[in-house]
Amino acid sequence: MAERILEVKNLSKSYGDQQVLHDINFSLNKGEVMTMLGPSGIGKSTLLRCLNGLEDFQTGELVFEGQTIKPSAANWQQLRQKIGMVFQSYDLFPNMTVLQNITLAPIKVQKRSKQEAEAEARKLLKRVQLADYADAYPRELSGGQKQRIAIARALAMHPDLMLFDEVTASLDPEMVRSVLDLIKELSEQDHMTMIIVTHEMNFARQIADQVLFLDEGTILEQTAGKDFFTNPQTQRAKDFLASMDF
Amino acid sequence: MDWQIIQQSLPQFAKGFQETLWLSFVGIVGAMVVGLCCSLLQYFKVPVAKQLVSVYVELFRNTPLLIQLFSLYYAFPVMGLKMSAVTCGIIGLVFLGGAYMAEGFTGGFDGVSQTQIDSGKALGMSNWQLARYIVFPQGFSLSVPSLAANIIFLIKETSIFSVIAIPELTNTALDLIGLYYRSNEYLFVLVIAYAIILIPLSLLLTWLEKRVRYGTFGN
Repeated sequence: MAERILEVKNLSKSYGDQQVLHDINFSLNKGEVMTMLGPSGIGKSTLLRCLNGLEDFQTGELVFEGQTIKPSAANWQQLRQKIGMVFQSYDLFPNMTVLQNITLAPIKVQKRSKQEAEAEARKLLKRVQLADYADAYPRELSGGQKQRIAIARALAMHPDLMLFDEVTASLDPEMVRSVLDLIKELSEQDHMTMIIVTHEMNFARQIADQVLFLDEGTILEQTAGKDFFTNPQTQRAKDFLASMDF
Repeated sequence: MDWQIIQQSLPQFAKGFQETLWLSFVGIVGAMVVGLCCSLLQYFKVPVAKQLVSVYVELFRNTPLLIQLFSLYYAFPVMGLKMSAVTCGIIGLVFLGGAYMAEGFTGGFDGVSQTQIDSGKALGMSNWQLARYIVFPQGFSLSVPSLAANIIFLIKETSIFSVIAIPELTNTALDLIGLYYRSNEYLFVLVIAYAIILIPLSLLLTWLEKRVRYGTFGN
């Protein structure tokens, strides 16, 4: 029996007069991977950011692990400890070593002991194959390495849901694979629940249990798994897939 | 240029040199404290205080130190508040500098990228934790160049103290010129004296800017 982890109900968002998200509805079960696809600049990232309170929304509500979240009334600081997020620009803290980057939030936010947090951070570093870089500073790492550290940093908080916002968009092609492989491993081995905004179509096809196709702030298609790629329903989605070289 | 005249004036310049140094030091430290406090009030958006800080910063940044000193030294006694010239000078420098330093710190804090703050938030950090671990450390390093420029600026501003008869470097030179009419010699010593303070300091601050530049490294 699948356990519902997140439900988005009638979520709408505007900037002033301009509505950017129109009546978004979807739900996600524990262990599922959802990919959000669609042209650039149509609100995928904005939607993702609404899910952990980095953007507010005007109407609708979220239900996360049974807890109803109304716009602007949520205790996001608590919720975010359960919702990890990784960004396109990695955003490791440049004034801290890799190890400090990973242990900062577990120690300061979750009040775990330094010893325990560091032991776990080293385990995570081994897992992302960067065990030798614990004492390096972010500037000494390549983009792909930074992004894997950023994922490790999010995992150190033991999130129940992970949001990935175009995490490979600013990486060299050869770096992309290492990051995508890691995300795939999180899905296959850890059954991590994830929502992924990406333009990597092959990756999306391999990993997605659900696909959300958006255009102009509206969900045009919501399909299970591979159906979207083999049998898109709308002309817009057909055009989109045809334009993507994969 | 008469070197003997220069040599004879050196003891007096040495006194002025000391005076300029300690006034600058006290003024700069005070300005940093006032500036930091002001920019913290702005960063944490403390109601009322935040607006007062804006008024203060605009007022002091947009009026000449000369006029501020005249007000303190000549106008305040009329209202019953009499202070020594040195007190007036230090107060003037601290509050002038404080306004500039506040802008310097605030500029640094504002310079920390939104994505850094977002990634801290996404890790569940509180506003205080974001400030303590992300915005302040990176913001301070970003503000160093402008704080350094302010330090140099404030030292040079001490020359205006001569108008309220504080015996610092410029006043010493002007006095000597008035007494002996040897402007070439005394102005030459004056320029050298400022250069002795400012050039090494300037180099030191440039070195410091390079050392703390991690905040701008991207990541």
